Amino acid sequence: MYDFTYEKPTAIAAATATLAADMEAKALAGGQTFIPVLKQRLNKPTVVVDLSKLGLTGITVTPSTVTIGAMTTHATVANSAEVQKAIPALAHLASMIGDRQVRARGTIGGSLANNDPSACYPSAVLALGATITTDRRTIAADDYFQGMFTTALEQGEIITSVTFPVPEKAAYQKFRNPASRYAMVGVFVAKFAAGVRVAITGAAQGGVFRHAAFEAALSANFSPDAIAGIATPADDLNSDIHASAEYRAHLIGVMSKRAVAAA
Amino acid sequence: MNAIFEGIGASVRRKEDLRFISGRGHYTDDMNRTGQLHCILKRSDRPHAIIRSIDTSAAKAAPGVVAVFTHADLDADGVGGVPCGWQIHSKDGSPMVEPAHPVLATGRVRHVGDPIVAVIAETRQQAKDAAELLVIDFEDLPAVAHIADAIAPGAPLVHDAAPGNTCFDWHIGDKAMVDAAFERAAHRVKLDLTNNRLVPNAMEPRCAIGDYDPMSGDFTLITTSQNPHVIRLLMGAFVLHIPEHRLRVVAPDVGGGFGSKIYHYAEEAIVTWAAGKLHRPVKWTSDRTEAFMSDAHGRDHASTAEMALDAEGNFLALRVSTVANLGAYLSTFAPAVPTYLSATLLAGVYRTPAIYAEVRAIFTNTVPIDAYRGAGRPESTFLLERLLDTIAHDTGIDRIELRRRNFIPADAFPYQTPVALQYDSGDYQSTLNAALKAADWDGFPARKAEANSRGKLRGIGVSTYVEACGIAPSKLVGALGARAALYEVAQIRVHPTGSVSVFTGTHSHGQGHETTFAQLVASQLGIPYENVDIVHGDTNKIPFGMGTYGSRSLAVGGSAMVKAMDKIILKGRKIAAHLLEAAVEDVVFENGQFTVAGTDRSKSFGEIALTAYVPHNYPIEELEPGLEETAFYDPANFTFPGGCHICEVEIDPETGVTTVVNFTAVDDVGRVINPMIVEGQIQGGVAQGIGQALLENAVYDQQGQLVSASFMDYTMPRADDLPNISVGTETTLCTHNPLGVKGCGEVGAIGSPPSVINAVVDALSDYGVRHLDMPATAHKIWSIINASGMKMAAE
Ligand SMILES: Cc1cc2nc3c(=O)[nH]c(=O)nc-3n(C[C@H](O)[C@H](O)[C@H](O)COP(=O)(O)OP(=O)(O)OC[C@H]3O[C@@H](n4cnc5c(N)ncnc54)[C@H](O)[C@@H]3O)c2cc1C
Repeated sequence: MYDFTYEKPTAIAAATATLAADMEAKALAGGQTFIPVLKQRLNKPTVVVDLSKLGLTGITVTPSTVTIGAMTTHATVANSAEVQKAIPALAHLASMIGDRQVRARGTIGGSLANNDPSACYPSAVLALGATITTDRRTIAADDYFQGMFTTALEQGEIITSVTFPVPEKAAYQKFRNPASRYAMVGVFVAKFAAGVRVAITGAAQGGVFRHAAFEAALSANFSPDAIAGIATPADDLNSDIHASAEYRAHLIGVMSKRAVAAA
Repeated sequence: MNAIFEGIGASVRRKEDLRFISGRGHYTDDMNRTGQLHCILKRSDRPHAIIRSIDTSAAKAAPGVVAVFTHADLDADGVGGVPCGWQIHSKDGSPMVEPAHPVLATGRVRHVGDPIVAVIAETRQQAKDAAELLVIDFEDLPAVAHIADAIAPGAPLVHDAAPGNTCFDWHIGDKAMVDAAFERAAHRVKLDLTNNRLVPNAMEPRCAIGDYDPMSGDFTLITTSQNPHVIRLLMGAFVLHIPEHRLRVVAPDVGGGFGSKIYHYAEEAIVTWAAGKLHRPVKWTSDRTEAFMSDAHGRDHASTAEMALDAEGNFLALRVSTVANLGAYLSTFAPAVPTYLSATLLAGVYRTPAIYAEVRAIFTNTVPIDAYRGAGRPESTFLLERLLDTIAHDTGIDRIELRRRNFIPADAFPYQTPVALQYDSGDYQSTLNAALKAADWDGFPARKAEANSRGKLRGIGVSTYVEACGIAPSKLVGALGARAALYEVAQIRVHPTGSVSVFTGTHSHGQGHETTFAQLVASQLGIPYENVDIVHGDTNKIPFGMGTYGSRSLAVGGSAMVKAMDKIILKGRKIAAHLLEAAVEDVVFENGQFTVAGTDRSKSFGEIALTAYVPHNYPIEELEPGLEETAFYDPANFTFPGGCHICEVEIDPETGVTTVVNFTAVDDVGRVINPMIVEGQIQGGVAQGIGQALLENAVYDQQGQLVSASFMDYTMPRADDLPNISVGTETTLCTHNPLGVKGCGEVGAIGSPPSVINAVVDALSDYGVRHLDMPATAHKIWSIINASGMKMAAE
């Protein structure tokens, strides 16, 4: 790593002030993505602003929403009895991220700020139509994800919490990349009174996306059979040493059917 | 504690594990010497390029930098290249092409990871900072990474001295006899197959610390090595020209090697030489990314195998043609792997009367390839056992029956194969029978039907194998091209009060030698296990030795201990005879007591030890005081462990995912000293075999970039990729070493891969699959299923 200054502010305003003042300042959450990047010298921040003392942890559940503080770890979400009861698919998703060590440190805010095209949480946020709250505004999930590693966040903007509407049913099905264990194809299906939302992660060049054809079919008939005949075009999907675009397109169908069956 | 109970055959808990699992091991990177500097290597990010110029001025001026070295500095000091320890001759008698393997790239880089510049600074961070300031002007050259590209006409040359990129073109066996047998064969079955390239990935990355004492002129190298004396020999004699008495090589606790830490690497020479130049210790530690592009890789063979059979399915002749990728330079034992460690095993467990194999070894712009757990035997075993199932597929003969019909019978030992080896013992029917029973082979159809009812495909596969280890008779390997001997050395020092230090030239890097060897010595000398200490890994403490690889430590190193103990016991009998006023011939040694046969007059081992060191009443005219003996043991033959592995898989036809649901290994490893350690060794080997068969693959792109260069893309097997592995042993004793032991370090990785692929092919039998190359990834299997579905739909 290159040398940098380390700050651990106790007020959000102090953190955002540092981040806003210096284009090269970077926020640090669980460090599960950021610290490996630093160790490989792929990033050279001037200041690292540790968000762990800003009081951004915790889970609040109401009959219609689950709100998770940005600094809440994957392990906390996975093990939360309240989340398991309100949106079991969300707890299940968190339990599937990385390994025990990663889940003990990695945070929902870090995952969403990073928006890795193979990350799990973006699919839940998009499929559930969650709202991302930052130090200055709220952002709807549909506006938040803007391509791989790209989000609606502005320079120095800090995610403070994420609010998920409680669906009637939901499920996450993850086909792991055999090496990295990130999602090679991850499908989050959520059924609301108003209709069904399906978000796919891991598969597309542009990161997480909603599957309009599946959503339409499942809104009419929420059963695996409803999407059995719908092929997903491979055009914009990733192709790498682990999976061709065609294989990913196929897995989107398989994992989506399984998610509907599991919901 | 009962000394006999702690002896041979007991599952004694491993002594060394307390320090390993409590973080109190002493690995090389844990050590720091006063005044130590840090070395960072600037490596090539190009597969193949001419180095036009290197500008080190900015790096030299950077804070904390003490020195920046290039090949020019090494040349000025007469530093030699990295030597190769084995010479193969081609069919026409010419020696292999042996291009220079410079310690730092000279004129050209030949693979991604080739070291170019050594930057040495007060801290590791400063060295890294400075390395970023180096300016190297490259002129890219076309590169070849894959076998097919390297042997294509007009392919770019890795070394100008190696036309066609050929290092050697070797053969073994009787071609005329094989050709004749093919003429009259009732069946001929042919199979093309590859053995995938692997990255060893020991848990501990390599590390080396060089030190120099200007007062004495002594050099010290602390290094992550499986064989410190071999490093001292190679580096001292060929690279740095330091005589043995001035060079100490220490290999402390080492976190796994699997072969990759046998070889002498450039980094060891750099830190040792630099320490001599700078008069300060110099440390280099590999990070994982560096390990991927600088540790020797394994396997990477492409072969065609052909069997000729008579009408009853008896093997008449085997013909094999292999191209072996050796990477950009010759690593220490690379030329031996596809030849004398692989082609000589092509008889397998079968009485094939005629065999002919040719091996063309080639250079590519990739990391050098050398022995990796099993070294050549996994390649020949995979080839043979895949060929067996393909023969069964093509001829309709049952695959178990085909094997039984062609097994070397248990009464045919010693058995001379047509490819140089003479097997001393084995019983292949009995390991097969035991494995079929343990795996409930007969119950498979019911399990398959049940799996089908859940929408899953299920397959079962078998592999019956033999391997050659316990390497090796020095005279034989010398005739085959080895530039070193392969005996082993043990020194037994009995202390005055009867405790014992054992100095062994083998090296433990996870195998549990401190436990197994202590059991062996304690049981032979009849003393408590706690009274025995095993010392290894330091050329200043150990008389000599060749190290640990090729499952040789117990068979060769343990036998040396037995020989040294024999000398101790003989001397003890002489001392006892004196004390007991009896003839030496009448004194017997049993359970730690020297007794006059047929009497109750005896002396304990401790009493004899004390007498040897306090020789007041002692035959001083005939016998020297003290009780310490050294033995060199050169084995009469290789050892030949063998056995049967059975794998059962389930495949999800929707995704192509394979799950290994059962794995059964029944191996004949000769006498077992510690069953728990043997089971662990076999399970670990099987884990690597399943890894090779289903998951692991070192992928280079067409241009020579290593695509799977980290754990993000290189699929190491994880615990949840593996089934419970059931391990059994069926024993026939080795006939030529005093312990009857054969070796268990590699059998798991040798026997298992074909059993896995045979099971996968079996599961996919409805899809018309005849063969599948490793790794059988979900993507590959889905593609096959998908293509056959499209075919069926089109029909
Ligand atoms: C071995 C391994 C396996 C993994 N497997 C998976 C997996 O299967 N699925 C998966 O989804 N993820 C996986 N991850 C990633 C993991 O979930 C990380 O936790 C996540 O990507 C980043 O979260 P973090 O808290 O560690 O953030 P950090 O690494 O600390 O930060 C990441 C980025 O987000 C920014 N940031 C962090 N918090 C905020 C915030 N509140 N507001 C604004 N910006 C912020 C940082 O500045 C930085 O740029 C894995 C990671 C590892 C190391």
